[in-house]
Amino acid sequence: MAKTTKILIAGFGGQGVLFTGKALAYTGLKVGMEVSWLPSYGPEMRGGTANCSVTLSDTPIGSPIVDKPDVLIAMNLPSLEKFYNETEKDGYVIFDSSLIVKNDVRDDVVTVGIPATKLASDNGLDGLANMIILGKVIKETNVLTLEQVKNSLAQMVPAKKAELLEKNVKAIELGYNY
Amino acid sequence: MVVFEKTKGLTDNQLHYCPGCTHGVIHRLVAETLEELGVTGKTIGIASVGCSVFSYNYFNCDMIQAAHGRAPAVATGAKRANPDNVVFTYQGDGDLAAIGTAETVHSAARGENITVIFVNNAIYGMTGGQMAPTTLPNQVTQTSPYGRDVTVVGYPVKVCEMLSQIDGATYLERVAVNNVKNIRKAKQAIKKAFQNQIEGKGFSLVEVLSTCPTNWGLTPKAALKWLDENMETYYPLGVYKDKYKEEK
Amino acid sequence: MAEKVLMKGNEALAEAAIMAGCKYYFGYPITPQTEVAAYMAKRMPKIGGTFLQAESEVAAINMVLGVAACGKRVMTSSSSPGISLKSEGISYLAGCELPALIVNVQRGGPGLGGIQPSQSDYFQALKGGGHGDYKLIVLAPASIQEMVDLTFKGFDLADKYRMPAMILADGTMGQMMEPVSLELGEVKEYAKPWATTGKATHEGRNIINSLSLSPAQLEEWNINRYERYKIVERDEVMYEEFMMDDAETCVVAFGITSRVAKNAIMEARKRGMKVGMIRPITLWPFPKDALKKAASKVKNFLTVELNMGQMVDDVKLAIDCSKPVYFYGRTGGVIMTPDEVLNKLNEIEKGEAKQW
Repeated sequence: MAKTTKILIAGFGGQGVLFTGKALAYTGLKVGMEVSWLPSYGPEMRGGTANCSVTLSDTPIGSPIVDKPDVLIAMNLPSLEKFYNETEKDGYVIFDSSLIVKNDVRDDVVTVGIPATKLASDNGLDGLANMIILGKVIKETNVLTLEQVKNSLAQMVPAKKAELLEKNVKAIELGYNY
Repeated sequence: MVVFEKTKGLTDNQLHYCPGCTHGVIHRLVAETLEELGVTGKTIGIASVGCSVFSYNYFNCDMIQAAHGRAPAVATGAKRANPDNVVFTYQGDGDLAAIGTAETVHSAARGENITVIFVNNAIYGMTGGQMAPTTLPNQVTQTSPYGRDVTVVGYPVKVCEMLSQIDGATYLERVAVNNVKNIRKAKQAIKKAFQNQIEGKGFSLVEVLSTCPTNWGLTPKAALKWLDENMETYYPLGVYKDKYKEEK
Repeated sequence: MAEKVLMKGNEALAEAAIMAGCKYYFGYPITPQTEVAAYMAKRMPKIGGTFLQAESEVAAINMVLGVAACGKRVMTSSSSPGISLKSEGISYLAGCELPALIVNVQRGGPGLGGIQPSQSDYFQALKGGGHGDYKLIVLAPASIQEMVDLTFKGFDLADKYRMPAMILADGTMGQMMEPVSLELGEVKEYAKPWATTGKATHEGRNIINSLSLSPAQLEEWNINRYERYKIVERDEVMYEEFMMDDAETCVVAFGITSRVAKNAIMEARKRGMKVGMIRPITLWPFPKDALKKAASKVKNFLTVELNMGQMVDDVKLAIDCSKPVYFYGRTGGVIMTPDEVLNKLNEIEKGEAKQW
């Protein structure tokens, strides 16, 4: 049976929305999946809301635009409000509970909050809340394995920035084990 | 005994210019220069739009006919593609100083290693005598029938003066072809503008004050006099910039 | 097979151009194609090529003309409003019979329009844009791999037929990342004895020109050019057929909308609806014969576009209006969802849809 996972990552510009998507797409490529990565673009990239569609599939991908995600990663409240009800039945919604309070949850999707921004600042990982959430996404959805993502990150981050890689990996593990 | 021979820098095609028009003289000066410098075989000329639109029929070298005002951009492409070729544009005042102002200014600013021959006769000749960006104040043309009113349509553009403010420009000189003495000076200026390019010195432009007896409504002889009395006072002859001389 | 790399469409296209032997790029910044210029600015100096940010789109296309006249591979890229400015130069390229590649990463219009993806320059690319009797080879990529492949192909076709070619992409194709293979094969070299390289290098004088004041001569030039266009129409048509074997409704879509339509078609198939698609890869030459052949089998056509229906007439002409042609489009930068297309297919099936 063909399997396609449509992922939508949304938040403010600067929260690492596009990089999170790139990490997913790049890992998908490395493990032999069909992938597409499509950002929202334009002035909103610079401070406004940003979102990024990632599709991972074992068959050729049709539309690269994710309007009804199987997995929604919401990094701010406007994004969660905008896309929560669009999420497919039996899908996953992972959000940053340091920034978002969510009371009324759907019973047909798995809704998981993780205080990523707080965890990041408590652990000296400022700016890496996105990677913490990514860790949680992998744990919940099994769309990719932790090992696969860690391996591809090592290829994405330039060798001279080894310290940055280390922090990214630490953040992913933190989210994964939360 | 041969006392005079036509330059090999020109083809045998008959010029289409009106009797008394000094485009022919300027063509010859450019063509002689190409021949004397021994570069006709590696020269690419860019023809513009205006009376000189057919110059590709006359210069005895490879030619590209450019859109109105775009000759310096076409020359930029040609020179960048073939840096060892000699590339020049031959443009009138409407082409260079109205519709092509941006291309002129920016090719100068980039210091493109090209030669620009700018023929200023203060009128649009090809279309039958309309006001040019260089038409003098109070000068009567088909589209300034009561004389150029500077309070309504503004002032003429002084190209050499304007470009002299641009760091990228190497050599700017204004000459005229209304008498033998001026023609000799014009030849020197044109030759220098090509030599600069061959030596890799950058953007050179020679503005040549020229006549248009037909559209000025004057005899060829009276037109030469009119140029002397009216144009030269508004557009003083001389060197406006010579980067390499300054640095000596 | 070479390992695939993840690349953004604009950058993949730029790299493909370099691999096709293009060493000259002239452009001007405009969203959503600026990455092409940025990529060229980085790469060209390293391969001994020329990147120049021109003072305007108008200047950029004329710089392209200068290089093309000298016989070298050259390109420019822009987005819709910038292509309007280049249209004069494109007409001159066509008139001078010069090969060059022009890339349009389309955004919404008219006027300054928006910056989101659009296909509303279909008419501009296919029906003129510039003045005079001329055609462009117009290639419409629907994936990042095609951004690469068609760029490579575009240079080849332009040289082969001595005419400008255009990549008609859109904002999603420019901005999206997908895995691509950059194994593109050999660059075919074409002799260009007509190029202005100095008359010492060839017989006689070479003149690159589109002007003739003799109506008879200009007519002859145009007729000769259209003879060449006939060969392009005969030999260079490219299209993809998707689930057409038993289709009763044939979707016609290109670029990003063909991707959206594919999702809708798969969903329709799940519901037992017999839908397929013909996706033009070359918009000119247009896959007329494939559509005509399909018309003998299907009941309906549906064109899906990011504009107000600019391709509909071409489909109708291709099939001699022998079957109903319906249209679904969004414009201004809005992209339709697969559900919207599915709804239209449902309407058609139930006989509720209005013909275009």
